[in-house]
Amino acid sequence: MKPAPFAYERPSSVGAVLDLLAQDDEGTKIIAGGQSLVTMMNLRLARPGRLIDINRLPDLDYIRREGDEVLIGALARHADVKASALVAQCCPLMHMAYEWVAHGAVRNRGTLCGNLCHADPASEMPAVALAMGATMVLRSRRGERRVAAADFFQGMYTTATRADEMLVEVRLPVAPAGQKAGFAEVSMRKGDFAWALAAVLMTVSDGRITQLAIACAGVGDRARRLPSVEQAMTGQSADSATYARAGELARDAVSPFGDAATPAEYRKDLVRSLVERALAGAV
Amino acid sequence: MTTHAITLNVNGRQREATVPARLLLSDCLRHTLGLPGTHVGCEHGVCGACTVVMDGRAVRSCLTFAVQADGSRLTTIEGLANGAQLHPIQEAFWEEHGLQCGFCTPGMLMAAHELLSRNPDPSDDEIREAISGNLCRCTGYTYIVNAIRSAAAKLRAPAPASAA
Repeated sequence: MKPAPFAYERPSSVGAVLDLLAQDDEGTKIIAGGQSLVTMMNLRLARPGRLIDINRLPDLDYIRREGDEVLIGALARHADVKASALVAQCCPLMHMAYEWVAHGAVRNRGTLCGNLCHADPASEMPAVALAMGATMVLRSRRGERRVAAADFFQGMYTTATRADEMLVEVRLPVAPAGQKAGFAEVSMRKGDFAWALAAVLMTVSDGRITQLAIACAGVGDRARRLPSVEQAMTGQSADSATYARAGELARDAVSPFGDAATPAEYRKDLVRSLVERALAGAV
Repeated sequence: MTTHAITLNVNGRQREATVPARLLLSDCLRHTLGLPGTHVGCEHGVCGACTVVMDGRAVRSCLTFAVQADGSRLTTIEGLANGAQLHPIQEAFWEEHGLQCGFCTPGMLMAAHELLSRNPDPSDDEIREAISGNLCRCTGYTYIVNAIRSAAAKLRAPAPASAA
């Protein structure tokens, strides 16, 4: 058998999940779609002593609007978020980025919240969450707390989630009227993890950039915003020369890891192109 | 080791098994239930050979534990043909040379099956997107796309009228 042995629990309520998590056991992992976790278990890169399967929890697969936020529950599958008319209308950046997320069978089972918890440094959704300013809702027996995306992603496969907490919901701000979204990525094959990607949100008024968010992934241990580039470009005229300049600044602002196929210098150059392309293509 | 009693509906038949938690659905189908038509290639979610349809959706059976599938409805490659009568998707793969070695074929057929169940008239781009998670090292994909296009037409065609 591929994975190491583990104990299996399938509680029927969030409360029961939190009770299990509250027992001191560092070897416990929550499994939702399992599309990254089971891969790592099959390769024995991960060997949790206990899995808590949340797939049968009722009422956690929602995608709904509440005021000026879109709320997505822990069991909303990638396929459903990708197909959601509400997400397409209110969170166009996420909708755009979903074109690049995995393949059909993986999206059928994988969840947005699970993807965010996995925090792969080359995954699309952490960068989207950062650019949008998403909020994670973490629940434990000690209570509930909300963590901004900026504080949630802490390193490679590492988030602010504590051992006794479960990510029950992600809250996405509804895009204001007139905000443009752009996304660009290069990967080995479409659907693979990115070599590099850029997600941008931009507001333009009287031909000038008034608000700008730029997030990149594939650029080191985690997805990152590029605040120095955002600040430098705010107030500039929204034209191709500015977008090219933003790409150059972005290239100099990132310190990606390299490997044999994609040396760090190459990834930096990708970031330059992708930031420029995402800005120029923003709609 | 703790085991779990599970019940699966596989290709319309109720099946029961007692499985350790770590048994993958792919291995359960092949070894426990004696359905070796589902192939295992990479066993870590990359190649798509192990694709089955679970509760109407294509999933990778190597990334699902059998215990998680308890109570679900599964269709595997063994569930496509009706006795000796090939399913129209299988017929089309035969006619259009949509396979050579055949290793990826069960996964390709199940991915095509899911696509055509929700989209009876897909564009070539939609076909390519639907099989993008299934690796084939022989065909170059062109004949597979042709086969799925042909299968879609077969499935859309009205049942042939009996000869007068």
